[in-house]
Amino acid sequence: MNFKEKLERGDFVITAEMAPPKGIDFNHIKECARALKGRVDAVNVTDFQSAVVRASSLGGAKILLDEGLEPIMQITGRDRNRIAIQGELLSAAALGIQNVLALTGDHPSIGDHPEARGVFDMDSVNILQAATKLMNGYDMNGHELSGAPQFFLGASVTPLYDPLELQIIKIKKKIQAGAKFFQTQAVFDIKIIKDFMKRVENLNIKVLVGVIPLKSAGMAKYMNNNVPGICVPDEIIDRMQKAQDKTKEGLTIAAEFIQQIREEKICDGVHVMAIGAEENVATLLDMCGF
Amino acid sequence: MIISKQKPFEEILNFLEDKQNIFITGCSLCATSCMTGGKQQIDEMKERLEQSGKTVTGSTVLDPSCHKLQVRASLKKCKAELEDADAVLCMACGDGAQTVASVVKIPVYPANDTLFIGEIERIGQFYEACKACGQCELGWTAGVCPITKCAKSLLNGPCGGAKNGKCEVNVENDCAWILIYNKLKEQDLLDTLLEIKDPKDYSKAANPRKLVVGR
Repeated sequence: MNFKEKLERGDFVITAEMAPPKGIDFNHIKECARALKGRVDAVNVTDFQSAVVRASSLGGAKILLDEGLEPIMQITGRDRNRIAIQGELLSAAALGIQNVLALTGDHPSIGDHPEARGVFDMDSVNILQAATKLMNGYDMNGHELSGAPQFFLGASVTPLYDPLELQIIKIKKKIQAGAKFFQTQAVFDIKIIKDFMKRVENLNIKVLVGVIPLKSAGMAKYMNNNVPGICVPDEIIDRMQKAQDKTKEGLTIAAEFIQQIREEKICDGVHVMAIGAEENVATLLDMCGF
Repeated sequence: MIISKQKPFEEILNFLEDKQNIFITGCSLCATSCMTGGKQQIDEMKERLEQSGKTVTGSTVLDPSCHKLQVRASLKKCKAELEDADAVLCMACGDGAQTVASVVKIPVYPANDTLFIGEIERIGQFYEACKACGQCELGWTAGVCPITKCAKSLLNGPCGGAKNGKCEVNVENDCAWILIYNKLKEQDLLDTLLEIKDPKDYSKAANPRKLVVGR
């Protein structure tokens, strides 16, 4: 059973996330993929994450597919106009990629080529619209395709946002444009995700809450200061500070969070973003008892 | 208003490296307001050029520098000074410099970098307000332009990158979408935001554009 079927059936799903390498050496991502094979339902492949040059998400997704994992290809509007995005989606479908996560994309100014011109011809909602149109057998301008792709479309959401109503409005648009599942920015405070789920209760959406295993107290503080939508509560920072084995404590905190989400049926699944420490994801799953 | 900023003097001198006699033009409108091409700035420029060993044959504040007929008429009155000049230094916007270049035969060099269409909040403080996208969106955005004021020019609401109402690209800037939200909420028009905006028709901004209005 694939990711879509499990989610639709109401199973608790687990997704992980991997970034293609900066270079052509895919050995690390392949090793991580092998460690997760059969243990996660799908793996997001980031699309020039943080506006940094790497191998593309299409290439990464194809390599995961060859390793026997189910990829969720992320695609942003930052680097491609509507012509390239539609073409990339068609190529993805032809290569067997079924899951697509549409994102607006970080601004080039935060990446390693800050001089680059951001495209933003389409935002996340528009990419979903385009993918839906392709699924109906037509390009965005109504020209017929020879063979239509079939995608399971997803989008992202930031549950910690002020004003939250503005995010809810955008979620509604994403649903209307074709999004079937949502993965959230990393959440550390169970109350934030509970409040959020209450707000989207009547929208009937599938939500995978984002989890980042912490590696240090410094990492938590850095994210609190610099990453919009992330708030690591003081008691968690405290635990990280006091811990001897920081990596293990970070994984323990993440495991406790995931177990609570699952036991209390707060969300439909979790999305683990290990950001560079993908080798720890299997350990985290062991700790969760998956 | 077209907002401009004077280039570093070194860059201007580089343009004029093998030119001795310079004629300076300014502009009565935007560049005067931006303090980059009014009478005072022309006088200052003249002084600096002379200190650098150049001869300034004359100067004029064009009224305005982007009006071809006016430019032609004004420069006619400066015929003698222009004939003595090896180059024109234009203290206007890029448009103004092109207009002057289309009227005179000698090389024309820009003294300013043209930055944006914007407003003067107070003297010396300018903010970008319009991208001239060719398809004004202000009618449904409570008078705040998302094309200009959102770093990503988003039309379907904010990205996740705002913190305390500020844009992650530049924390000095308010998130345009939070401004739009707050104003629409005040006006009880939030429902407007639920409508999906299709990707913008950028063919309307394909350059060079022209407009011919029948009389």
